[in-house]
Amino acid sequence: MRRLLSIHALLVYLFLYLPILVIVALSFNESRRGVRFTGFTLEWYQALFQDPRVLGYLANTLTVAFASTLVSTVLGTLLALGLVRYRFPGKGFLRYLLYIPVVVPDVVMGVSLLLLFAFARELLGFPRLSLLTVILGHITFQVAFVTLVVRSRLLLLDPGLEEAARDLGARGFQTFWYVTLPLAWPGVAAGALLALTLSLDDFVVTFFTAGPGATTLPLYIYSSVKLGVSPKVHALSTLIIGLSAFFLALGYALTRRRP
Amino acid sequence: MNEAATPWQRFFRVLVTVGPGGLWLFLFVLLPTLLVLLASFLTRGPYGELTGPWGLHNYARLLNPYYLEAFAQSLLVGALATLLSALLGYPLAFHIARHPRRDLLLFLLLLPFLTNFLIRVYAWLVLLQREGLVNALLGALGLGPVVLYPSFLAVLLATVYTFLPFFVLPVYASVERLDWQLLEAAYDLGARPFRAFLHAVLPQTYPGLFAGSVLVFIPAMGTFVVADLLGAGRVVLIGNLIQQQFGLTRDWAFGAALSVFLMGFVLLALYLYARIQGERGLEELV
Repeated sequence: MRRLLSIHALLVYLFLYLPILVIVALSFNESRRGVRFTGFTLEWYQALFQDPRVLGYLANTLTVAFASTLVSTVLGTLLALGLVRYRFPGKGFLRYLLYIPVVVPDVVMGVSLLLLFAFARELLGFPRLSLLTVILGHITFQVAFVTLVVRSRLLLLDPGLEEAARDLGARGFQTFWYVTLPLAWPGVAAGALLALTLSLDDFVVTFFTAGPGATTLPLYIYSSVKLGVSPKVHALSTLIIGLSAFFLALGYALTRRRP
Repeated sequence: MNEAATPWQRFFRVLVTVGPGGLWLFLFVLLPTLLVLLASFLTRGPYGELTGPWGLHNYARLLNPYYLEAFAQSLLVGALATLLSALLGYPLAFHIARHPRRDLLLFLLLLPFLTNFLIRVYAWLVLLQREGLVNALLGALGLGPVVLYPSFLAVLLATVYTFLPFFVLPVYASVERLDWQLLEAAYDLGARPFRAFLHAVLPQTYPGLFAGSVLVFIPAMGTFVVADLLGAGRVVLIGNLIQQQFGLTRDWAFGAALSVFLMGFVLLALYLYARIQGERGLEELV
């Protein structure tokens, strides 16, 4: 039984890694198409780096990711705090609202934001579809995830610590800044990291909310591969795979060091 | 919380914490959802704008056989992807949970998953194309080139590939909490391995199994990217129909009706899940 499970696991891991390894191998392959390895080359990487547009797409991707993560982490952390600590009318409804971005398929989320921006433009004259609308869209799904992650951390905290701070004369903001926030910090960091990952990975919401000049790397990959195989995308993918492996390994190493 | 707080202080605290995020959700989640609902009752104007008359005509169009086939295909992709994920993921979760280096195995499971979604889908295009690795292997076996892309099979494989960890992780969480003494007891009572598994182990993993199924089924039937890249027009799912209406066709009213319909499916799946698992299960899902 054990052995059967091991073989099964080996095959599943092969299934998981084969596609990625093929992409990495092809990024160094001379031939444009096919799997026959005709010779080692860095031509595709060269072509990628010599394309000035790609650098712009990278800049767009990072701008969107960092701006949206910053805003959504602040909004989500405060919202989680309010939901855990206070009672107010409409709280139940707000919690349902929070689940919508989590469960709704990306495509529905994308088109509903597109409709919102179109209506707003009709009525108010702004916003035009641009990098700004992409950022607004990303914040929207990130806020929900950050709130849920931070909330689960806050629920683990002992409310007695905050009461103690207040008994010792701390004002509301002081309690938040010196007691609650440091205790909630791992949750906030995890939420922010999740938000950043979601933003970097997002294609669908970006696809519907981006205007001219707001091309991100996922949009570039999509338009390149829509018509078939693209060696430059192999090079770009290999770089992205390498970077995500590096950051995941870093996180893995850091968590292992703790007892 | 604080007894000494005046009503004004309490109001102020709620306003500062919940206010900004709540306003955001109101503007960018509730309002767009209502707009989709509104648009679904409108009509496409001559320039692709939304105008009157009001009515249910967009919903009536959903009954067209072409669209019905897309719904059927979406459900099929969702169901088959869930089934395949279970076949691949369920035993894997046990293997990982009982492995001495489970951290490493989880790390290896998540690594491909953190690679960009589009790249994971595109990798299958590369593998399954006419000159791809799979056809090269089939050719070596004398099975000649087969058209694997674009195809339904390609869409299904890439869907499973993309969402598999969503299935493995909840099952893994269930296996970790498993009470193995029940299995021992079943053996002591003379059960053969299969029956012992069926009665002592399987029921304990139902929560993970249900959660994993919902987490694979919903995105699998709701995505348009996989079918777009690997079905290349031959596989049309609800998501592709929606994308078409908001893209080239520019019939936003009908696209909105399709979106409402897809949301209905998702809510139905979540409702069934909540009925089986209880309300708390829904919170654990996310």
